[in-house]
Amino acid sequence: MKQTGAKQAETLKKVLHYIRKYWIYLVLSIVAAAVTVAFTLYLPILTGNAIDLILAKGLVDFPGIFAILQKMAVVILITAFAQWLMNVCNNKMAYRIVQDIRNEAFHKIEILPLKYIDGHSYGEIVSRVIADVDQFADGLLMGFTQFFTGVITILGTLGFMLSINVGITGVVVLITPLSFLVAAFIAKKTFTMFKLQSETRGEQTAFIDEMVGNQKIVQAFSHEDESLEKFDEINDRLQNASLKAIFFSSITNPSTRFVNNLVYAGVAISGAVFAIRGGISVGELSCFLSYANQYTKPFNEISGVVTELQNALACAARIFELIEEKPQIPEAENAVALKQVDGTVTLQDVSFSYVPDKKLIQHFNLAVKPGQRIAIVGPTGCGKTTVINLLMRFYDVDAGAICVSGHDIRNMTRQSLRESYGMVLQETWLKAGTIRENLIMGKPDATDEEMIAAAKASHAHSFIKRLPNAYDTVITEDGGNLSQGQKQLLCIARVMLCLPPMLILDEATSSIDTRTEIKIQKAFATMMKGRTSFIVAHRLSTIREADVILVMKDGNIIEQGNHETLLAMKGFYADLYQSQFAR
Amino acid sequence: MKKLLVFLKDYKKETVLAPLFKMLEAGFELFVPLVMAAVIDRGIAQADIPYVLKMGGVLILLGLIGLACSITAQYFAAKAAVGFSTKMKHALFEHIQELSFSEMDTLGTSTMITRMTSDANQVQNGVNMVLRLFLRSPFIVFGAMIMAFTIDAKAALVFAVTIPLLSVVVFGIMMITMPLYKKVQAGLDKVLGKTRENLTGVRVIRAFHKEEQETAEFEQSNSALTHMQLFVGKISALTNPVTYIIVNVATIVLIYTGAVRVDIGYITQGEVVALVNYMSQILIELVKLANLIITITKALACANRIQSVFDLQSSMEWAGPGSRNAEGHTDERKADYEGMSGSTSPYVVEFDHVGLTYRGAGAESLTDIDFKVKKGQTVGIIGGTGSGKSSLVHLIPRFYDVTRGTVRIDGKDVKNYGMEELRDKIGMVMQKAVLFQGTIRENLCWGKPEATVDEMNRALEISQAKEFVDAKPRGLDEPIAQGGKNLSGGQRQRLTIARAVVKQPEILILDDSASALDYATDARLRKAIRGMGEKTTVFIVSQRTSSIQYADQIIVLEDGHIAGLGTHEELLRSCEVYKEIHYSQS
Repeated sequence: MKQTGAKQAETLKKVLHYIRKYWIYLVLSIVAAAVTVAFTLYLPILTGNAIDLILAKGLVDFPGIFAILQKMAVVILITAFAQWLMNVCNNKMAYRIVQDIRNEAFHKIEILPLKYIDGHSYGEIVSRVIADVDQFADGLLMGFTQFFTGVITILGTLGFMLSINVGITGVVVLITPLSFLVAAFIAKKTFTMFKLQSETRGEQTAFIDEMVGNQKIVQAFSHEDESLEKFDEINDRLQNASLKAIFFSSITNPSTRFVNNLVYAGVAISGAVFAIRGGISVGELSCFLSYANQYTKPFNEISGVVTELQNALACAARIFELIEEKPQIPEAENAVALKQVDGTVTLQDVSFSYVPDKKLIQHFNLAVKPGQRIAIVGPTGCGKTTVINLLMRFYDVDAGAICVSGHDIRNMTRQSLRESYGMVLQETWLKAGTIRENLIMGKPDATDEEMIAAAKASHAHSFIKRLPNAYDTVITEDGGNLSQGQKQLLCIARVMLCLPPMLILDEATSSIDTRTEIKIQKAFATMMKGRTSFIVAHRLSTIREADVILVMKDGNIIEQGNHETLLAMKGFYADLYQSQFAR
Repeated sequence: MKKLLVFLKDYKKETVLAPLFKMLEAGFELFVPLVMAAVIDRGIAQADIPYVLKMGGVLILLGLIGLACSITAQYFAAKAAVGFSTKMKHALFEHIQELSFSEMDTLGTSTMITRMTSDANQVQNGVNMVLRLFLRSPFIVFGAMIMAFTIDAKAALVFAVTIPLLSVVVFGIMMITMPLYKKVQAGLDKVLGKTRENLTGVRVIRAFHKEEQETAEFEQSNSALTHMQLFVGKISALTNPVTYIIVNVATIVLIYTGAVRVDIGYITQGEVVALVNYMSQILIELVKLANLIITITKALACANRIQSVFDLQSSMEWAGPGSRNAEGHTDERKADYEGMSGSTSPYVVEFDHVGLTYRGAGAESLTDIDFKVKKGQTVGIIGGTGSGKSSLVHLIPRFYDVTRGTVRIDGKDVKNYGMEELRDKIGMVMQKAVLFQGTIRENLCWGKPEATVDEMNRALEISQAKEFVDAKPRGLDEPIAQGGKNLSGGQRQRLTIARAVVKQPEILILDDSASALDYATDARLRKAIRGMGEKTTVFIVSQRTSSIQYADQIIVLEDGHIAGLGTHEELLRSCEVYKEIHYSQS
């Protein structure tokens, strides 16, 4: 309990750090809140005074009333303005802070080590940046608007009430905490119901995600009735859980309102008794009645605000966790930006593993001369992409070193290292935008001629040309409206355009038919001339001509050599090769 | 929204009772100022303490009755709202399941998932709030006015002017902000999209060193969102101050009018207090209403999004038994269908000059596809990327409707089949290997709910999955995580094949579904499938000639046309395209 408290305090401190930038709005907001509350409370006094001047037939002090009414008009205008100012300041503060936090979070995503991104689901990170920040904003906004005004209202009302009559104030102060207790009691009781509701809701979401996400399969197996049945089962459980949670939590309002009514009745009785004894005037009593309402209201709100704020802090903590995540190792101080990369790559005694206790690559040596072709083969899931992760420095080696053109890649700028590779991954990724934007990603200043030439070389031109707006066709995120093969062709064209000195091709041709593949391979062949290339592929025919073949199994590089020597070894590679002709 | 209200049908009682009890509660609240007026005019004026105590008791009694009414109302409201959303989600899930592939393609699955989850919750919340408060607030507002009229008609005229003015302001601001909130949501979607994109494309972005540009683009979207939020915020921030001014200026007028009326002797001092109290009750309700409006605006936007899914009609109608959406004319169709089932065709699958144009596409994806397949044959389909291989096999289980020609199964047009009748004949293995959360056994039972262990084992053997399933500690009962994440790509693929095989389908379709398998496994798989027997007709889509060269018929597709049809040997002699593919792979 204490620990969570300390953690909350720490989170709060970080939140304050963000607020500091907007302190002027915060000050304005607090001042405006104070003015709003003070004047809102002052108004019933004026009303009371006016009523005291309306005694009975013929006993009405019109000049006095006029003076008071004029005062009221001024008070009303100032209150309204202060209210508006407070709202605007709070909005500005909350939304600006949210903007800052989101920018910072995004900035962090761009420099997080791949290890973090690979290790967390996208949905989880996205929900931190979007849903958590939103929840935090709501809480913050509500906190600003209601917490301040609530506290000031309670204090202000107490003061005003005391100034009028101590006895009646006592009645109000004694009864009010009751509503607080009632609210707390109900909140405690409903907590487990809410938990059950959100658990069931999570279960339902997961089920929907699975069934709707794979609806084609559901339909192919005529599984609709079964999945509807299962859905209904979860849905019914959710109905019960929700009904309980919503109903019991919704008792809070009527209950606290009932307590308010008690307070009101208490004020009415004690006030009337005091009035009869001449303690207060009728106007003062009317003023007290409106205070009784105003005094109890913030109590109810504050209990809601506190839970909301706690929730907001929990969300903030999750965002800060992301923002404070350790970034990738920063660029070495004297990192060089290699201009001329000749294509020499050496791996010296490299060891690497994703998790410390599961050793993968150990003491691996490889010397690649400029222009050589390195093929990486092995069964699915053998860790071929690990090599790419290391070459591109998406991950750092645990021991040993990788050198490009004689420079340890850890002493190069990431930009110059990555720019010297052209990469086509198995998972084709395109950004939302036009085809053109995607193609010129690696070379933003490319001319149309260069772009079209690259598209032609990768056999993408013919299908691009047929799209509604050719190169200006907008594709959705992840290229949703293109076929897998078309996406791959675009990824290849993207690399074709910048032609870096080294190439990394990961299963680059797996979704393309062999005929197109041949055409691409021809283009690749010209591209690969004089360029060091690393190819990950299943097709043995495409890697037979490789200078070095790395055979991988279970994450380890178990054999190394060219086609002939590996066949002669009669090892794993030989088995793999023979199996191609097995019927 | 209106159309969604049908889901409240079964909760008519609750839907009526909830606001009714709310109004009762509000009604009792409206008596409070009258009681107070009596306390002032009689209790205080005549120094009658027992009367004051009696009236105090009345106040507490009113509170108690209010509490009872209110809790009853909350219960009915919660019941109706939760019931409503349960019914709605059921219908929505059922509806989405009925949509054909064409609609799924246009709408996208992630949209539908949000509509079923967060949108549905917002609507539930909205219904609950409307039942609880949306009627209560206007009732108090108008009730207060009516009560004011019972005190003094002339003074109450102030209410008659104030209330319409307030309605104009409150609803005006609502009307202006509603479309703006939609824009805020769109802005948020953009920020979300950008974040997601940078996670899925992290490798490419870093490889091209686009971090800075991406950050700049994100900051731009983010700042656009903030501006939008601030703009809407500024407008909604007006609600409270403006209503405050209106109500309090009305109070000033009321006091003055009251003063005049008291001076003439029409009303008493206590009654002026009551009038002022009614006015402040209106203000309190308006504040509640303003907060409520935001919830309702959101709920309405969500309701419209859900409605748009309901409006999306499946473009396919199914005939015969098992039909899901052809209620009205089932009988007629059935007759038709019975008349036709008599015809026995020697061919299991016939494509009769079939053409297919996808919705919204400019050109045909398949043109003049014409072939016939006999029972027990193996058909290979080969061709370039985008040549229409998948489109072709998707027509067999009628995932899409042909736009020209006919597809016939056992001599009968697929359009004359019932949905289940047709799809039960076919075992389909898709390109993407998807498994569902549960156990291996449960996944296999998708194909055949009553499958025996022997049948499952046979299917696993055929699909080359037996070995690794047996190696699992719990064998068939090994749990599978969502999306089959705890299995490798090859294992997933083999299990999806087993799932189709366990069904013992008349037609088995493998849509390039051995891509993640190594050569040896692929070869063994093909051999096992060939050995499945005379009853099963097999379609194999592949990019490798080695996978299909022993097929009885090979269809070579190019740009949606048949470029060649025959056996491996025939095609090697006659079909240039096939030759090219084959020699490119050897």
